[in-house]
Amino acid sequence: MAEPMKMRASVSGDVADIKVLMNHPMETGLRKDAKTGQLIPAHFINEVHATVNGKPVLDAQWGGGVSKNPYLGFKVKGAKAGDKVEVSWKDNKGESNKVDGVVA
Amino acid sequence: AAAAGLLKSGNVLAAWNSSAFAAKTVPEAIKDLGLSTPADSKAISIKAPDIAENGAVVPVEVTSSIAGTTGIAIFAEKNATPLITDFKLSNGAEGFISTRIKMGQTAMVRAVVTAGGKTYTAAKEVKVTIGGCGG
Amino acid sequence: MAIDNKQALAGNAPSGFYDLPKFGNVSLLHMTDCHAQLLPIYFREPDVNIGVGAAIGQPPHLVGEYLLKYYGIRPGTREAYAFTYLDFAAAARTYGKVGGFAYLKTLVDKVRASRPGSLLLDGGDTWQGSATSLWTNGQDMVDAAKLLGVNVMTGHWEFTYGAERVKHVVDNDFKGHIDFVAQNIKTNDFGDPVFKPYVIKTMNGVQVAIIGQAFPYTPIANPRYMVPDWSFGINDDNMQKVVNEARAKGAQVVVVLSHNGMDVDLKMATRVTGIDAIFGGHTHDGVPQPTQVKNAKGTTLVTNAGSNGKFLGVMDFDVKNGKIAAWKYRLLPVFSNLLEPDAKMAKLIEDVRAPYASKLNEKLAVTEELLYRRGNFNGTFDQLILDALMAVKGADAAFSPGFRWGTTLLSGDVITMDHLMDQTAITYPSTTLTEMTGATIKSIMEDVCDNLFNADPYYQQGGDMVRVGGIQYAVAPNNKIGNRISNMTLKGKPVMASKKYKVAGWAPVGEGVSGTPIWDVVAEYLRDIKVVKPRKLNEPKIVGIGKNPGIAPGIA
Ligand SMILES: [Mn+2]
Ligand SMILES: [Mn+2]
Repeated sequence: MAEPMKMRASVSGDVADIKVLMNHPMETGLRKDAKTGQLIPAHFINEVHATVNGKPVLDAQWGGGVSKNPYLGFKVKGAKAGDKVEVSWKDNKGESNKVDGVVA
Repeated sequence: AAAAGLLKSGNVLAAWNSSAFAAKTVPEAIKDLGLSTPADSKAISIKAPDIAENGAVVPVEVTSSIAGTTGIAIFAEKNATPLITDFKLSNGAEGFISTRIKMGQTAMVRAVVTAGGKTYTAAKEVKVTIGGCGG
Repeated sequence: MAIDNKQALAGNAPSGFYDLPKFGNVSLLHMTDCHAQLLPIYFREPDVNIGVGAAIGQPPHLVGEYLLKYYGIRPGTREAYAFTYLDFAAAARTYGKVGGFAYLKTLVDKVRASRPGSLLLDGGDTWQGSATSLWTNGQDMVDAAKLLGVNVMTGHWEFTYGAERVKHVVDNDFKGHIDFVAQNIKTNDFGDPVFKPYVIKTMNGVQVAIIGQAFPYTPIANPRYMVPDWSFGINDDNMQKVVNEARAKGAQVVVVLSHNGMDVDLKMATRVTGIDAIFGGHTHDGVPQPTQVKNAKGTTLVTNAGSNGKFLGVMDFDVKNGKIAAWKYRLLPVFSNLLEPDAKMAKLIEDVRAPYASKLNEKLAVTEELLYRRGNFNGTFDQLILDALMAVKGADAAFSPGFRWGTTLLSGDVITMDHLMDQTAITYPSTTLTEMTGATIKSIMEDVCDNLFNADPYYQQGGDMVRVGGIQYAVAPNNKIGNRISNMTLKGKPVMASKKYKVAGWAPVGEGVSGTPIWDVVAEYLRDIKVVKPRKLNEPKIVGIGKNPGIAPGIA
């Protein structure tokens, strides 16, 4: 089971500012283990989706070039306090996780 | 019920673009993403450190003030595979993405923005150094 | 050039040297980069401090007579001794040691007595640079700064004691005494501020904001593992936000206490508006008068206050109708023979040193030449460290970091362990011996050289060039990275790109490196040679820059 994600969502005017932290090793598959010299298998988030009140706002494809324990920030216009935000990811091994929060 | 289900599942999702993420150069990756050759734009700003504190974690923030921005792709030009992320934005999502990327060496960080079926680009250099000195 | 004997006569100190008539209604005193030097020292200013790009011939890239001429300082005077390397050995014997916290305290109190409500700002690099600071985890300097009366501080080398140590001092020792400010340090998770970005103090009815700017490249120039959860950077746009916020809150004077280094401060002053003055440090430039930088909305004064406790900056503002109507600045050299030591501070220093007396006072060798560090490419003390590294480690070549701290010893001086620690006291002192190809050696030298000579100050890190032992080379500061270093030779033979060489070094920034501390290596060497004879200074051939007021005549 993946570790919990963290989210912060705040609104200024009618724009929601949403920040998410995800726990993930983000292995590119190109890195060698320092001890064994073997390639470490690729293991990275390759899809991220976000919705506000159930409506999709962001759909992303990622490669292994995103840093370990990824950070994502985005902004959504037409938002207000109390809106429900959900962000989810899937990785190349089929694992997934999601977090939801309320715009404050 | 079918309509609601469709709405909930969001945009029609393309399969993960393995060829674009495996491309060795930015132009190849842009082509593999199905995008046209982008024009330079001053309406895109890239905020990234002049010198990376840690090549493994380089904060990058892309802001596009081009009306109708629906896509932001981010590249590190000298990475073995330059394409890092490809974002599609909809339903009020602004032309703004903040993330953190890996960079193997000093290079341009490039953003390619899609708006109204056209593509635009801007880049900023980030220096990756071995460090160690001191005043 | 002759020393000005009229002023120099023993006991005939210029009367009123430190009499500063009161001016205006807001006064800010500034010290920076004392590098934990509690006692008076000698410090020779550089004879090579090259400016590139727009910085050619501009402060702080002026050495020796170029500096004197620019600021109208008479050669041979006390001031010429304080601000330049000229005739250093003779001038040092005439005018004596500089700095020392007991003397600085007397001067601070004297200046403040005529300036009620004035503030003392400490630009950082205060807790590191001496044996006692290292051995007490910076506590000696924390206590000394409090006794000195520091009001506001920012930092750099402080962070090499680790994030927790800094936080502990700020939240405990400093509480109610010293405000630690830094607008450019954020947490690595959501980017929250780690310290207060600024403070507003009221002086004679005028609200004055002091914004902190810590050294932006701390996790690069020093080990990142010391501050694993914090991110730094210059962060111009947040600086602008903070300036605007402080103005909106009613600040009539807004200043930045900066550890950017002067070149970075000069650029920042063109980009961020609304700052009245930047009190700068890190690059250790003793700049007699502020540089006035114009930007879209006004003028910003940029100062730099030298190092090692040698100077005290005094800025007086006359604030009328909510604006600075006039200003006066002086960078006062702290001459220990013109000041009485403050008794309380002297006692604090004595008490700090007492438990370590036998270690500090160990005599390692006698020097027969002037030993100094500062300069873009090499210094005689660095050469000694390089020679020790190569001899003790059995290396073909050696690297020593281009630190700008480290004091000066005169010919005939005994080198004690205390002095050696003044050059080496850091929390990551391991020495290393590494096999490197010629190509790797060149790429390291190119990398560090770009940190010094990149034409854009925001890509500079404010140290000097890595000191190189065993390998001769030429350097072209105006070229781009990859093309500055050439003609590398070792014992007369070209350094081959694919050949491996044994290279000794110290101060690794990576985690998990262990090795004999540098002070033990150099102490072993000094105990063995007993006398330091004048040695050949391995300086590169500087090419392609023509006449540059940042180089003493006869060097390039
Ligand atoms: Mn310093
Ligand atoms: Mn510093």
